[in-house]
Amino acid sequence: MKVPRPWSARAWLDTAHVMIGFPVGVLLGGLTLLLAVAPPLLRRALPWFTRVQRSRLHAFQGVRIPPVPAPAGWREPMTWRQIGYHLLSPVVGVAGAVLVALAWGGAVVGLLAFLPPKLQEPPLEFALDLRDNRVQLAFMLVGLALLVLAPFLARGMAALDLSVARALLGPSRTELGQRIETLTESRAGVIDAADAERRRIERDLHDGAQQRLVSLAMNLGLARATLTDLPEPAREAIEQAHEEAKQALKELRDFVRGLHPAVLNDQGLDAALSGVAARAPFPVKLRVDIERRTTPTIEAVAFFTVSEALTNIAKHAAATRAEVSVRRERDRLHVLVHDDGCGGARMDGGTGLRGLAQRIDSVDGTLRLSSPLGGPTTIEVELPCE
Amino acid sequence: MRVVLAEDSVLLREGLIRLLAAAGMEVVAAVDEAEGLLRAAEEHRPELVVTDVRMPPTHTDEGLRAALVLRRQQPGLAVLVLSQYVEERYAAQLLASASAGGVGYLLKDRVADVAEFIDALRRVASGGTALDPEVVAQLLLRGNSDPLERLTPREHEVLRLMAEGRSNAGIGQSLVLSEGAVGKHIGNIFTKLDLPPAEGDHRRVLAVLQFLKIRSLP
Repeated sequence: MKVPRPWSARAWLDTAHVMIGFPVGVLLGGLTLLLAVAPPLLRRALPWFTRVQRSRLHAFQGVRIPPVPAPAGWREPMTWRQIGYHLLSPVVGVAGAVLVALAWGGAVVGLLAFLPPKLQEPPLEFALDLRDNRVQLAFMLVGLALLVLAPFLARGMAALDLSVARALLGPSRTELGQRIETLTESRAGVIDAADAERRRIERDLHDGAQQRLVSLAMNLGLARATLTDLPEPAREAIEQAHEEAKQALKELRDFVRGLHPAVLNDQGLDAALSGVAARAPFPVKLRVDIERRTTPTIEAVAFFTVSEALTNIAKHAAATRAEVSVRRERDRLHVLVHDDGCGGARMDGGTGLRGLAQRIDSVDGTLRLSSPLGGPTTIEVELPCE
Repeated sequence: MRVVLAEDSVLLREGLIRLLAAAGMEVVAAVDEAEGLLRAAEEHRPELVVTDVRMPPTHTDEGLRAALVLRRQQPGLAVLVLSQYVEERYAAQLLASASAGGVGYLLKDRVADVAEFIDALRRVASGGTALDPEVVAQLLLRGNSDPLERLTPREHEVLRLMAEGRSNAGIGQSLVLSEGAVGKHIGNIFTKLDLPPAEGDHRRVLAVLQFLKIRSLP
């Protein structure tokens, strides 16, 4: 801890903190007691009181007490901890203010002891005569000591206030634990929901737009094949519409397949990846070694990893071949993609690898990239699975 | 020719019925789920079944599985599977269901090219094969299977068209070759893929099949 000196900003801030904590604490503590006669009012006022104290702590100590979810009712321990703080803070405030004021005051009085009381005789017969040099010296020494001590005292009282606030206004250990648990659960929920959404979109497009387009292209094809006696412009229009419908169909197909291939649901990673490997414009050696299927979400992430990696290789690596291996070891799924291309892939290079890293991150997986300039590039991914 | 059609999209089903009727085929039953397909094929004993891969209730690979069941139950029944996406695994399963012909696996988009689609239907119905050009292209791209590396580029082209199910004459037309030359190339392919003539009439299918098996090995 930095030692506060009497003239440092820290010392003055601590002093101000303690001195202001006294009236604020007394006021809010009093209001808390007063409102205890009308519990619903108190419950409404509590968050306001807490906010005031929180902002005081932030203003003077630069500490943000982590907020806890707004206490809903009397059964929440948080409500009682807050009340506890508001009743305790006047005590801490008074004690702190008295001690710190005494220290600073004592220091001033002591250090000024050499000034002879010229104006009038001391009103009371003092056991110590201030005109005595030795007494003056003693006063000054004590004053000096208090001057050095005061900042420590202010620091200490502020720290005491802060620790009480942390304990009573911040989340407790169990609350933090619960919070992490809730967050973990809700994150898993969000990821599963996103995955389910991807599958739903795929299904909707498959059952809707794609079938309609196929039907449209077929009818145009039929028209093109049978209506041979139409005038030239009409035939041309039909031909063009037919070609465009086919092109749209192909684009839609490529897009939908990237979303979440149906074959992944039906037959798992092996089948889905063999399709991806086959589509790559270079030979891909694929090895999938999974005796038990993992969750759909993990399968989707693994599929996305390989598909994205192969797309990147095709786009940037100028590789002649690639190797993909997926194997499961108890509760880990290892995915390895290796190519003999030009290397130089970077996590911060484009959106491709970063998006991949984010998606892997979302399921608590890890990604390792080795890609020296000149190649080769290896991507190693580990995904947790039950 | 008597055809049973299975397709869950009404729009597409109606369109296909029209298309098949225009080609002079008789759609004796059109169903919208896999169970219905099995029943209809049992009841009507068609010569050809055209089915979608994904069908209710689970919308996964029910149509394909129904097709495999039918191939087992009724040997000689020709089956053409239509799929939204090209999945080699499906194609391999289907082809492996019988080393004889009479099977087809096409991308749904192919129905847009009416004449070619009808041609493929006829080929399958008469015991041939129709493999989607995209599947074939994918298979050929994978140069990691040894026997294929022994093929010349021209032989590759011939194998590709052969795998799609074209006849020698059809291949000759596409590549501007004489039928004799095509025959010679095919002979070379059979030799290189180690398919002796004694195997019977369906060496063309076996060539593709062997190819599929090679690539589905780890």
